[in-house]
Amino acid sequence: MNNPHPAGLKDLVARQIPRRYRAEWLFEKAGLGALVVGLGFLAFFFYTLVMNGYTAFWQSRIALDVPLTAAVIDPDGTRDVDLIGQANYQGLLRDALRTRFPEVTARGELRSLFALLSPGASFELRDRVLTDPSVIGSAVEFWAVADDDVDMLIKGHSSRDVPESDRRLSDQQLAWIDALQADGAVEKRFNRAFFTSGDSRDPELAGIWSATVGSFFMLLVTLVLSFPLGVATAIYLEEFAARSRWTDLIEVNINNLAAVPSIVFGLLGLALFINLFGMPRSAPLVGGLVLSLMTLPVIIIASRAALTAVPPSIREAALGVGASKMQMVLHHVLPLAMPGMLTGAIIGMARALGESAPLLMIGMVAFIVDTPQSPVDPATALPVQVYLWADSPERAFVERTSAAILVLLVFLLLMNAVAVILRKRFEQRF
Amino acid sequence: MKRIINELTVQLRIAVFASMVFMAVGSAQAQSARDYISIVGSSTVYPFATVVAERFGRSSSFRTPTIESTGSGGGLKLFCSGVGVQYPDITNSSRRIRASELSDCTSNGIDEVVEVKIGYDGIVLANDKSAPVYDVTPADIYLALAKNVPAPDGSNAVVPNPYEFWSEINPDLPNARIEVLGPPPTSGTRDAFLELVMEPGCGAFAVIKALSGDARDAVCQEMREDGPFIEAGENDNLIVQKLQANPRSLGIFGFSFLDQNADKVRGSLVNGIEPTFDSIADGSYPVSRPLYFYVKGAHVDFIPGMREFLGEFMSEAATGEYGYLSDKGLIPLPDDERAAVETSVRELKPLTSADFSH
Repeated sequence: MNNPHPAGLKDLVARQIPRRYRAEWLFEKAGLGALVVGLGFLAFFFYTLVMNGYTAFWQSRIALDVPLTAAVIDPDGTRDVDLIGQANYQGLLRDALRTRFPEVTARGELRSLFALLSPGASFELRDRVLTDPSVIGSAVEFWAVADDDVDMLIKGHSSRDVPESDRRLSDQQLAWIDALQADGAVEKRFNRAFFTSGDSRDPELAGIWSATVGSFFMLLVTLVLSFPLGVATAIYLEEFAARSRWTDLIEVNINNLAAVPSIVFGLLGLALFINLFGMPRSAPLVGGLVLSLMTLPVIIIASRAALTAVPPSIREAALGVGASKMQMVLHHVLPLAMPGMLTGAIIGMARALGESAPLLMIGMVAFIVDTPQSPVDPATALPVQVYLWADSPERAFVERTSAAILVLLVFLLLMNAVAVILRKRFEQRF
Repeated sequence: MKRIINELTVQLRIAVFASMVFMAVGSAQAQSARDYISIVGSSTVYPFATVVAERFGRSSSFRTPTIESTGSGGGLKLFCSGVGVQYPDITNSSRRIRASELSDCTSNGIDEVVEVKIGYDGIVLANDKSAPVYDVTPADIYLALAKNVPAPDGSNAVVPNPYEFWSEINPDLPNARIEVLGPPPTSGTRDAFLELVMEPGCGAFAVIKALSGDARDAVCQEMREDGPFIEAGENDNLIVQKLQANPRSLGIFGFSFLDQNADKVRGSLVNGIEPTFDSIADGSYPVSRPLYFYVKGAHVDFIPGMREFLGEFMSEAATGEYGYLSDKGLIPLPDDERAAVETSVRELKPLTSADFSH
């Protein structure tokens, strides 16, 4: 047989080989470069979040010896919870401060002395007395929550080296704080309130609990509505519907719907659920309905993909031994497709958890202090809480914003981790 | 096959029924009385109204009001949609209600809209502490930031803004490139800035005095788009951070943000007056605007706690001269004005179209 290659071709290929290797090397390195750039941004994002946010998990407190005078708290000695709850705890805290700094007597000076403590300190003192009424009559050491300006100073977020007029704290207040610090009466302690309380305009009292509960109710409604509906739609389209122009049209529309900007769903929710059905504003029920609309296409697409991944042999075998079509789907196809469907659902839910734009229209971008008790109570969501804090003038909200983002990221990470674990554990390859 | 489809439709029917029950529960809840106050409106008033709401929720037996941050215009639109528990009771506004908005309210059956003026908010032009102090007039700011300005050669023409350095406008100003971060058009702060700075600044020029109507608005109210004026979003904290990162730039934002960040940024002097709590309160600092909220009179006796909430808002402890809102940066009303507002709130004196004649 003759040489099939013309003589010049071999040379040509030989000449091209180094160039091809070079191109391949460049291609690979470009991919790596893209990855490094992406990871770099991510690392920067996490770095700034953690550096800004970690301090919010601690809160400065000031130790005071508070005399829990029986005459103030429970004058009749009845230990009646209602009466004890209404006592003037702020007065007790102020007395304790005056005892600590007996030289302060002028009214204005007292005002700035009392400003070292957060308005929330008296509520904590009340709760402490209510949980253990036996302390009434004795003096206790009470670690009172410090005001946010004091907190920022202690954490080094605000500077003391600027003229007095440019500071939130006066020279005198700084001297008091220094004196307290010299006594070891100022300490940073774990900020439990951040996890257990609702929103507040005093940064030192603000927490993410009510927003977390709001997000939970919303996701619950979303899951209950969109998962069964999504799975049922996917099963119908994959297993029952004959391919026709109509199913093609539906498919295109579902794929389109998955890409619609989320604010549009908010507008739809406002028009449909609130204006037409008269549902309450700011309620997680409406939020959940809106997010269901948004999540449905994602779940349908993922569920259909999971169903197509089940090999036809399974279906044929089931039908072959006499199973009805419904038995085939419920007993054989669905169990095999479930991990994929759940993964899709969880990823859809994670996206819903991070959503804030559609909630603006239905009134969930709101100041909510009380923890919602049901899906129809007014509530807000975690990403909305982040947004509201980011817009607050008080400096102490800066670290709290970052801390709330960190908590939100932890939730998202957990959800995505569950999706990965489900897939790894239950996935079957054919 | 047919049987299966029948079974499926049964399931489908159940699903549809279940979701309808779900919705019915939701709307039944909505129709029952609401036991908390629902407030919407301006993001500028939001930080003040929330403080009052929180104190009110803590110190009274009523639930804490919910406050949505929707912007002044959006708030008034919601507020004027109708009477009933599904509509808000109060809307906050960083500008006065417009006559057209009030007539919207009236045509939707809201006869009693009570106006409550709560205090003042200053708008500042600030820069980083390390940069030189600016002492500007509204006319300087206008020349620096308007899209079209009177020709610098003194001829009777309006030309696209040629200024690039502050010193070109006024030799006393620093020889620095004009770079101002400000709010976007959707913001109430932007409206107030146009009204309080750009309008008076542009009115100072003879060329413009001859103009009127749309032609005048086009010259006075359009911000330049060629770079020196940068729309920095609604978030004032972000502007403060950007000023620190770039000491050559100035930023426009509310006084409460200057108050909180006085160790980092400094307010520019306007007409030689520094923006301070006192200078805004006595009116000598020219760039300040009143803040309002509007109450639906028909709701006052139906929503629990409305009267008490209004009482808390107008109390000495809240909006008084040394009230807790002044700690948050609200400039209180003078005593006599506050007393007048308090009386009209107590009597629930409704706004009428006559209030807009002046």
